[in-house]
Amino acid sequence: MSKLGLWGLKKSPWVYHVAAASCNNCDIEILELLTPRYDIERFGMVLVGSPRHADALLVTGVLNRKSLPRVMEVYEQTSKPCLVVCIGTCTCNTNIFRNSYNAVGPYDKYLPVDVYIPGCPPKPEAMITGIVKALSKL
Amino acid sequence: MIGWSGWGLAFKFIVFPGFLFSVVVGLVLTWVDRFVSARVQWRKGPPFYQPFADLLKLLLKQTIVPKGASKTIFLCAPILGMASMCITSVLLFYVNFNPQGSFVGDLIVLVYLFALPPLAIIIGASASRNPLSAVGASREMTLYFGYELPFLLAILVPVIKSGGAIRLGDLVTAQQAGGPFLYSVSGVIGALIVLASIQAKLGYVPFDMAEAEQEIMSGVFIEYSGVGLAMFKLMKAMMLFLLPLFLITMFWGGFADWWAIPKFLLIVVLIILIKNTNPRFRIDQALKFFWFLLGGFGILAVILAFSNL
Ligand code: SF4
Repeated sequence: MSKLGLWGLKKSPWVYHVAAASCNNCDIEILELLTPRYDIERFGMVLVGSPRHADALLVTGVLNRKSLPRVMEVYEQTSKPCLVVCIGTCTCNTNIFRNSYNAVGPYDKYLPVDVYIPGCPPKPEAMITGIVKALSKL
Repeated sequence: MIGWSGWGLAFKFIVFPGFLFSVVVGLVLTWVDRFVSARVQWRKGPPFYQPFADLLKLLLKQTIVPKGASKTIFLCAPILGMASMCITSVLLFYVNFNPQGSFVGDLIVLVYLFALPPLAIIIGASASRNPLSAVGASREMTLYFGYELPFLLAILVPVIKSGGAIRLGDLVTAQQAGGPFLYSVSGVIGALIVLASIQAKLGYVPFDMAEAEQEIMSGVFIEYSGVGLAMFKLMKAMMLFLLPLFLITMFWGGFADWWAIPKFLLIVVLIILIKNTNPRFRIDQALKFFWFLLGGFGILAVILAFSNL
């Protein structure tokens, strides 16, 4: 991609929030990002309502037999290029659900993950740092 | 529009005051919108180049046409909306700087041109074969029928006050001679009704049920990605620029002098503040609001205008 296009992508990453069976704690921390205290719109990030508009998928929660096909479908619906950001230890390595009959393993077994943000849940600062780092690496 | 050579005409439509000019100003205005919203919410807000970065990114992203959608209509709908806004821009600037040059009945043409963007949205959304899109389209349609009635009634006010002129140039000259129509009771009521209709035409918050992000996931635009979405964003940006200009032309004495800039900014900021301080209406509430409340006020304004108030 050209330099100009890359600049555009870096300066306006629209995020879509894929809540795949998380315990809701990570989701709440994501919502924290939008509050005036953290204000991710400074970086041009906007939470969008449709995966078609998204440039980054924020996935949360442990992947299980029910949510796997849905997550894959959302990934396929997203217009490329898009980043996949794993938020929470659940997404990075299935966390305390490792021995569950239902968990099917971490996300990077199925999706090209760009950023891992561990923590249970991770702090909003950690998420911002992770995404900004990933963008500056592009 | 007589006496323009081919190149002049092309320049007017594509560069100034048509496509490029209105797009650039419109994008800057969307930044103003986001910045003022951020300040209202005590945030820092995006940097000034944000809308341009968004646009650039959207143009370079993959454009997906959903399976089973009618491809041509899906991709042509945003062009329809954008083209209508280009023509509107040329027409508005022409009549303001050249009041005698336009044709009779351009006001009616303009009203129809402003009806095309919602039509484009409805067509595009219906072509996308998505149930949430269909819900959004039906809401957009209902909303359109809602605000068009008071909007037309309010537009009648300047027409009556200027003695039955349906040429925008005549309206502007009448205001330059006898003072803007806004400075009268019927003028104030009419302008407020047009302001509410502008809010609905833009799809801004009290009337954003067609795109309601939380319930139907940006409804009408849900299937649009890449270039299609970029064109719809551009269309909205141009509307944010042109609708306040239309209000100034109709009620506040045209925009051929420098006073137009503070007037324009005032209207834009007012729109943004209304957007930021109101919750979303339900679609039936919006319909009732437009038909019964604003419709009533519209009739009142027309009667007042007839009795020269
Ligand atoms: S990482 Fe922790 S907080 Fe996040 S979804 Fe998993 S268990 Fe919940």
